Amino acid sequence: MKILVVGGGTGGTIVANNLARRLSAEIRARKVRLTMLSASDRHMYQPGLLYVAFGQMTPDQLYRDQASLLESNIDFHVDPAVTFDLDKRKVVTKSGKTHEYDILVMATGSRIVPEQIPGLAEGAHTFYSEEGALKMFRRLREIEEGTVAVVVGVPHKCPIAPVELIFSLHDYFKSRGIRDKIKIKYHYPIGRLHTIQNVAVWAKPEFERMGIEHETLFNVKEVDVENKIVRSEEGTETQYDMLIAIPPHRGMEAIEKNGLGDGGWIPTDRYKLTMNGHDNVYVLGDTTNLPVSKTGSAAHFQAEVVSENIASIVKIGIPVRDYDGKVYCFIEAGHDRATYAMFDYLNPPDLKSPSKPMHWFKMAYNQMYWTSVRGLL
Amino acid sequence: MSDTKIVDARDTFCPGPLMELITYMKQSNVGDTLELLSTDDGSGNDVPEWVDKAGHELVSNERVDGVWHIKVRKAK
Ligand SMILES: Cc1cc2nc3c(=O)[nH]c(=O)nc-3n(C[C@H](O)[C@H](O)[C@H](O)COP(=O)(O)OP(=O)(O)OC[C@H]3O[C@@H](n4cnc5c(N)ncnc54)[C@H](O)[C@@H]3O)c2cc1C
Repeated sequence: MKILVVGGGTGGTIVANNLARRLSAEIRARKVRLTMLSASDRHMYQPGLLYVAFGQMTPDQLYRDQASLLESNIDFHVDPAVTFDLDKRKVVTKSGKTHEYDILVMATGSRIVPEQIPGLAEGAHTFYSEEGALKMFRRLREIEEGTVAVVVGVPHKCPIAPVELIFSLHDYFKSRGIRDKIKIKYHYPIGRLHTIQNVAVWAKPEFERMGIEHETLFNVKEVDVENKIVRSEEGTETQYDMLIAIPPHRGMEAIEKNGLGDGGWIPTDRYKLTMNGHDNVYVLGDTTNLPVSKTGSAAHFQAEVVSENIASIVKIGIPVRDYDGKVYCFIEAGHDRATYAMFDYLNPPDLKSPSKPMHWFKMAYNQMYWTSVRGLL
Repeated sequence: MSDTKIVDARDTFCPGPLMELITYMKQSNVGDTLELLSTDDGSGNDVPEWVDKAGHELVSNERVDGVWHIKVRKAK
């Protein structure tokens, strides 16, 4: 049996390591072959980008060598998948190599596409890439006064990031002693401050306490870079001195080019995590089209289901478990406090009051992530 | 005239039904109709509010057996 994992980020790495352990005897006996293809020899801890944007971490601290995170019985190649032939069960890579498979795992993640909104790539800062986060920090250090506007593209990964960004901005300008000279204005695509109702209700008085201005039902239409104005689809506009965007996202180009899913999002069964119409193709993480937050946490819970099911298929011929929609998100709430939201398809998030211990737990998790992707946590 | 595309956002708290609809509207062409399915109580009001403000067209809005069926045509 040939198992091919495409994507060596959060989801793909956990699946591969988990399978490597569950199927170690079968791999040793050469009954199973476990291969991973990825686009990079490095693995980035993406949530750390927010710290880079505020000068609290340097980029080198975000990376580990991908090979060092993988069990030794995984055949790992830095050679991105280019062509998918799902009928013939073959993947062709950039180097021209063909990989046949019996079971395919798709975990290629998502990418930012600021260029989809006129002026956004030129006019807005973002912390959703290493280069962007560093540039944003330089600008944050420079700015002395004026309006910092925050806008949010749809869809985007890490839905809690816009709110965390606001707390970080408030704390940062306070620490520089210029908070009273900076107006922070938050814009959000739907009619409340956050898509999770409880987070929206909690954020409102917090934003008011910090003096954050806000406008909802604001979907970015264009940025007039010269005049420093951001306009919405809904017909409003904001003048800014510094614009920060959570850019809109799409799935990877290879997904779109192979016609596997509109926007690069692969149509996925929300319980089985298989691609619709292809029971031997598992999909997890950002690249699914599921109505589930695009987070490392969702990718992690999905990876556990996917690996348990693939191992069961090898051992007893059938999968054993459904994904219940589980997501767990830390929410940094400023002043060294944090809280979290946990929910699944049926149970809404119940938000606890932010506390310092939760913040320290999140700080510890920033390191524990590496244990987690090794499949040990 | 294209077929109606179903956006199944039942039982989702994050990103939530309206965010899902906006995602699919962006991927659609002008003139396309999308039907949003939502189990969120608020959708019956907050989806039409956005559709109106963003200048799209609300085709129908009804709740059947606890599920909102909201049809929206992309107008621009
Ligand atoms: C600023 C920021 C803050 C975040 N904060 C949080 C947070 O606090 N909590 C949280 O849970 N999540 C957070 N996230 C989101 C989280 O990082 C992602 O949702 C998560 O990494 C998704 O996992 P994935 O496996 O789907 O994709 P990724 O981890 O992005 O991995 C995708 C992999 O696919 C590879 N790949 C791409 N194309 C190909 C190809 N054609 N062939 C082979 N391989 C390919 C890439 O090289 C990469 O290794 C944050 C993200 C950002 C950017």
